[in-house]
Amino acid sequence: MIVGERKPIQEIVGMLKGMKKVLILGCGGCVSVCSAGGEKEVEILASILRIDRKKGGEPIETIEKTLPRQCDTEYLEGLKDEAGNYDAILSMACGVGVNYLADMYPTTLVFPALNTSFMGVSEEQGVWSERCAGCGDCVLDRTGGLCPIARCSKRLLNGPCGGSQNGKCEISPNVACVWQLIYDRLKGLNQLEKLKEIFPVKDWSTSLHGGPRKIVREDLKL
Amino acid sequence: MKSGSNLEKVLTSGQFAVTGELGPPKNADAEVIRTKARLLKGCVDAVNITDCQTAIVRMSSIASSVILMEEGLEPVTQMTCRDRNRIAIQSDLLGASALGMKNLLCLTGDHHKFGNHPNAVGVFDMDSVQLLQMVKNMRDEKVFQCGEELKGTEPKFFLGAAANPFADPFEFRALRLAKKVVAGAQFIQTQLVYNLERFAAWMEAVRDLGVHEQCYIMAGVTPPKSIGMAKYMKNNVPGLDVPDEVIARLKGAKDAKKDVKEEGINLCVDIINQVKEIEGVAGVHIMAIEWESAVPEIAKRAGLLPRP
Repeated sequence: MIVGERKPIQEIVGMLKGMKKVLILGCGGCVSVCSAGGEKEVEILASILRIDRKKGGEPIETIEKTLPRQCDTEYLEGLKDEAGNYDAILSMACGVGVNYLADMYPTTLVFPALNTSFMGVSEEQGVWSERCAGCGDCVLDRTGGLCPIARCSKRLLNGPCGGSQNGKCEISPNVACVWQLIYDRLKGLNQLEKLKEIFPVKDWSTSLHGGPRKIVREDLKL
Repeated sequence: MKSGSNLEKVLTSGQFAVTGELGPPKNADAEVIRTKARLLKGCVDAVNITDCQTAIVRMSSIASSVILMEEGLEPVTQMTCRDRNRIAIQSDLLGASALGMKNLLCLTGDHHKFGNHPNAVGVFDMDSVQLLQMVKNMRDEKVFQCGEELKGTEPKFFLGAAANPFADPFEFRALRLAKKVVAGAQFIQTQLVYNLERFAAWMEAVRDLGVHEQCYIMAGVTPPKSIGMAKYMKNNVPGLDVPDEVIARLKGAKDAKKDVKEEGINLCVDIINQVKEIEGVAGVHIMAIEWESAVPEIAKRAGLLPRP
């Protein structure tokens, strides 16, 4: 899922300076699952903002709503009759939701309440970590299913580098060396031969470096 | 001979080679390079010029190499993948070759987290293995990375790479070296050797693969300048293996009221003498960064002078 984290309150307060009526819009997708921007978080953020503004003598009216997803035309269209009623929409979705709101409502101010962190897993209650970098050209068949693009600090394709020690990455003792993990896994699977091949230079054009990406599936279009 | 560099000549002639290392300054003062170069002159066959080592902004390795050549020394120009994509690397290498550089050490590069611009983009368009492959193809096949023909003069580099026998997983280290050799590495400079037992075990694995006959392996050495430096290397430098005996030896010198720096030089000479005896070791790479003045003494005491 896409993992996000709420921005510091003061940063959000700064964005909403002077705004009197704001829609705080949650998202029922990934950010709801990772407890960053769902219904509950909308409620908490709205109440913090109201208290803060009241304390400063400039009260704010907050309207709270949570859509099933903010990355879908179908759900965002539901706001068309009310979008103009607000000074701004504070989206608690990932950056995708914020962008799509801005795309669909050109005359409404839209602000992000979250930092979109990464695509990752929920390891345990309260702990998330990255697993995929969305490079657009998956290499996991060659690396035992473990991603060197997302999980190696230098995105090495012919790792591990000389900084791998005791299973840890040179950048921090808290970061696992994914190439050690790849080595161990391929060894366990009797596939170490795979690591003898030189992995050629990657085509990054499918990643962000080729410009904004888009998929059109003619077979699915109505 | 691929480049005709002095280093390539020394190594291919079967003589025990010696390289030094010079870190460019964090300013635009050419005199810093010249002063350090004069300390190394006559003691080494070539001098590595680092490419913003530990990701700290310094004078560029190519510019510093030119200044070094003006002093009559031969550079081993270092090139990392951290700060440049394939377009910039190939462009810089055409320039480096045109300026007379003949030795190139291909590295992935230290992560920028360690440097003075930790918020920078780490480019890492390619890694050291792919960099070797690209430069080899520019030289031998006369093609750019994209496959387009390189018309006219190709860059003729004697290609080097690094190897760290002390990193993990140990069993993969010799195989990774073999990959670098297949990719194009002709000479190898290793991480600093302090743990001779592990270095010897790695060399044995390298010999088992026959890789010592396909490249020239130079053991990296550094004289520890102080007990503090040895401890720092042991505890804070990823990929370095400094056994307790090394620190104990320096402490022993201190306790006996001897000069610790002198003992550091003795230790370095001892290591050189021991690696020289290991089959497949073709030379030493003496890295006395910010202590270049120690190199002539080390080279002399290790019986490495005069240089060819």
